[in-house]
Amino acid sequence: MKPSAFDYRRPEQLDEAIDLLGELGPDAKVLAGGQSLLPLLSMRLAAPKHLLDINRIAQLDFVSCGADGVRVGALARHAALERDAGARAVQPLLSAALAMVAHPTIRNRGTTVGSIVHADPAAEMPAVLCLLGGSITAMSTNGQRIICASEFFLGPLESALWESELAVEAFFPALPPQSGTAFAEISRRHGDYAVCGVAGLVTLDDDLRISVARAGYLSVSATPLVLDLTDAVSGRTFDGDLSAAGGLASAAVDPEPDIHATADYRRHLVGVLTNRVIVGAAHRAAREITGNGATQALPMPGAQP
Amino acid sequence: MTSRMVGQPVNRVEDPRLLVGAGRFLDDLGQDAAELAVLRSPHAHARITDIDVTAALEVQGLLAIYTYEDLSGPLADPLPLLIPHPAICAGRTQYALARDEVNYVGEAIAVVVAENRYLAEDAVERIVVSYRPLPPVVGVQAARAAEHLVHEDAPGNVAAHFVQEVGDAAAAIAAAPFRLELELAIERSASTPLEGRGVLAQWDSDSQRLRMWTSTQTSTGVRAAVAAKLGLDLGRVEVITPDVGGGFGVKIVHPWPEEVLVPMAARALGRPVKFTEDRREHFISAAHERGQLQHIEVGFDATGRILGLSVRFWHDNGAYLPYGLIVPIITSTQLLGPYKPGAYRVEFDSLYTNTVIVTPYRGAGRPQGVYAMERTLDAIAGELGLDRSVVRATNFIQPSEMPYDHGLIFQDGRPLVYDSGDFPASLAKLKALVGWDDWPAYQAAARAQGRQVGLGLACYVEGTGVGPYEGGHVQIETSGRIKVATGLTSQGQGHQTAFAQIVADELGVSMDDIEVVTGDTRRFPYAVGTFASRAAVTSGSAIALAARMVRRKILKVAADALEADPEDLEIVEGMVRVKGAPGVAMALGTVAVLSNPLRYAFDEASKAATQFVVGDSDLPPVNEDDEPGLEGRDYYSPLRSTFANGMHAVIVETDPETAEIKILRYCVVHDCGTLINPLIVEGQVHGGVAQGVGGALYERLVYDDAGQLQNASFMDFLMPYVSEVPESIEIDHLETPSPLNPLGIKGAGEAGVIPSAAVFASAISDAEGFAITAMPISPSDLFELRRRHAGTDRHNESIAKKEPTR
Repeated sequence: MKPSAFDYRRPEQLDEAIDLLGELGPDAKVLAGGQSLLPLLSMRLAAPKHLLDINRIAQLDFVSCGADGVRVGALARHAALERDAGARAVQPLLSAALAMVAHPTIRNRGTTVGSIVHADPAAEMPAVLCLLGGSITAMSTNGQRIICASEFFLGPLESALWESELAVEAFFPALPPQSGTAFAEISRRHGDYAVCGVAGLVTLDDDLRISVARAGYLSVSATPLVLDLTDAVSGRTFDGDLSAAGGLASAAVDPEPDIHATADYRRHLVGVLTNRVIVGAAHRAAREITGNGATQALPMPGAQP
Repeated sequence: MTSRMVGQPVNRVEDPRLLVGAGRFLDDLGQDAAELAVLRSPHAHARITDIDVTAALEVQGLLAIYTYEDLSGPLADPLPLLIPHPAICAGRTQYALARDEVNYVGEAIAVVVAENRYLAEDAVERIVVSYRPLPPVVGVQAARAAEHLVHEDAPGNVAAHFVQEVGDAAAAIAAAPFRLELELAIERSASTPLEGRGVLAQWDSDSQRLRMWTSTQTSTGVRAAVAAKLGLDLGRVEVITPDVGGGFGVKIVHPWPEEVLVPMAARALGRPVKFTEDRREHFISAAHERGQLQHIEVGFDATGRILGLSVRFWHDNGAYLPYGLIVPIITSTQLLGPYKPGAYRVEFDSLYTNTVIVTPYRGAGRPQGVYAMERTLDAIAGELGLDRSVVRATNFIQPSEMPYDHGLIFQDGRPLVYDSGDFPASLAKLKALVGWDDWPAYQAAARAQGRQVGLGLACYVEGTGVGPYEGGHVQIETSGRIKVATGLTSQGQGHQTAFAQIVADELGVSMDDIEVVTGDTRRFPYAVGTFASRAAVTSGSAIALAARMVRRKILKVAADALEADPEDLEIVEGMVRVKGAPGVAMALGTVAVLSNPLRYAFDEASKAATQFVVGDSDLPPVNEDDEPGLEGRDYYSPLRSTFANGMHAVIVETDPETAEIKILRYCVVHDCGTLINPLIVEGQVHGGVAQGVGGALYERLVYDDAGQLQNASFMDFLMPYVSEVPESIEIDHLETPSPLNPLGIKGAGEAGVIPSAAVFASAISDAEGFAITAMPISPSDLFELRRRHAGTDRHNESIAKKEPTR
């Protein structure tokens, strides 16, 4: 379990990193938190010629919150985003999901953008990005492009990033008005990749009836899956019987079995967890409307936490 | 009087060093050593048709590549079958490097030595091996079906077939008023110590001596095996065990291929060579345990008393049989637990499969046996509608029947005779601890709230402290400090603490003045090893006997010096003094000085011991029956094993929706005779329970049909984290001393893990209302079982197939 030889580059500036990536392209891997890459190197499942360490590029280490959402730099650690009060206010789903990402020591080092770029269908943040309709900003020597979450995940461990591109930022849209979110997952051990995980987003109308219900899923498909469950529960009051959402969801998924769970168990969990998050999100949305949550001031764009 | 240390919950003297990272484990040593990496088979079963090392030779820093062709003499023979047994009909062991066939993924084919492990792995990658794949045999069912053979000369894949019978079980079952049959399965798990295997060897060409360090449970065993393989006299081989990061059984196996190849390379290359196993290697090339299928027939009366018990089981021993039949023999004998089965017959096949070897893992076959017996007792209780604890009590061996001879032969070749134990008292304690009598009301109340809770119960007896022997050496330095050595190794048990407690009491000294060394053949060359919960019993007893020997000499020397009768002397806080006259006293260090007549006085203290000062001038300075120095060496060789016992109860809650299994309470009653250190014993129980939780609810080793291990990492092999282990484990002790050794002690190392599969199966069955017959169990498994049992009246379903009415 020792990596094969590689060249190690550690640029200090973003421009330098982009240039290097343009030059080395397919032979290079970007190292940020290293929580997935280093084990892959050690097990020789990956053997890039060059390792491009971006940990010295300070300008990528940011979490910035605005009325429209949360921007997360490529060096922001999971733990920093999880604890960011501004991010929590703008989009509470982030900290709820991040609490489920592995263990604190891994969150202290691992980066949210890195996890998204790694594109593991069992990871939490890709599913959250997809549910919220976020995006990834990528830079290369050709300039910058913004890739929507819905187009970013191509397959297991496969993203739409070009080999010469560096993902510099992820954008998570803010919680819409009159809305709530919730996250639930079942893992074999605390902190493991989930057997099934669901992120839910519910928007209520002024009568506290459901107008939008959507959920994002991890570990049940090759790429993060988003289901619109509105048809199943539209018009129902937030505290009514919402279990049709789970029924719709479990009928819509086609999970694979693995050594930890049968396909049917996963499908069953999709239903159970969908109901849990839709109920949870609906109640939060109701609190948002009826309680004092809606009046909470949002931080200014670019404000430091 | 100095207060007695045995029985005190003394903090472990090992811990401060280990907790601050000052432990010295194998990979901390030999920083300048060349490193060895192993090319391992990617096939479960294949013929090797060619090995081409050409490309590997280009790797910079390469020192050597060895394949089977490079082995000669005893090294070219198969590795030893360590524990022969007459029931073994086809005993096969692997070569240190595969000769022409590989029989499991992970089997060593070639080794590379290079300047460091990175370069060694580079070279391993470049060796090209050509294989002709053969059909793999994976799992007990495939082994039994024997459509393909693991070894061509082992028909039916049978390594061993063994039967023991007391009475006529078939007749007793046939005549019994009630009969049941059960089919049970239990899967593989593994020891998975945090530190894997590791070996460092250094050859001194001037003195022609080999010194090696290895992460083992038996340094003397490794020494003998390496000496034999390398053609060296024992006197030329030293084996030292550094700190060992856990063993749990896997490190009793020896010699591993690397344990002979590393010293071979060190001698050939003339420089130190080291091998440090990585985690993937540990999963695929060390050892596993536990996999069995069991068929049970039992006949009983209306009170639940077993009249006849017949157990047939099939044991997966993996590709080779280096450790013989220890695991299945223990299953077959320890299955009986605290019970009298009436007539008993047990028959097993130990079967070859194309998977990594199976050797003892903490519990060593007992978890499977206890699972078989306890599932059977639950089935009887269910069938008769009796309280599960009552059925157990009905079958208990009574204290008045001790010593109790089962009429069987145990794993050590000796009769299975229980020395002591009070099972009714243990059960009473456990029932009180867990609130057994309140359970039905609690469960009903929980069910009324839509909650599913279950209570499980399991009892076991564990033969501990097996022979043949251990020794101890105790020496008083002239400083007054005491050096203790025993040959067996330590891998986290707290021997330095427990043995020091024993010596402190025997000699009347402070523990702070005692230093204990284990597992170093330079200090104590005669030993067996640390396994089978035997260290406290065997080495503890030997050290006590050695200390008593020293004590006699202390009193003799001091009596001469103090002009007193030895009978009138006592040792208190490191001083020998005349009883009733504390002023007439002498420090132990001074006694040590006096015990060694000197010609040369090298310091002030030694002036007291020159030949001009001590001794009777009419006698030789060292008399005929005496020897210089204040030391004692003695051995303890038990007549038989001593039998500890315990009873566990667990309360679980199963989620009606997600089928997650949560532990609400875990209770243990434990009897290991006289407790040397309750803190250490409870720590052992905690660790065992944690491993048991892993084995029951999380861990399994998943091979696909091709014999590839699907979860050879800690990401997918689910060793429980602290978050999965009960926050508190409630323990009550009973102490029924063993009559077999000077301290009255029994082993405690494996206890915590033994009943876990049984107790969780019992609890989950109670929660769900249908019988759990395959362990471990995951939420996904439970979900599928619920679907299978849906529509049946779950709360009345029996565990077992009912016998057709006669």
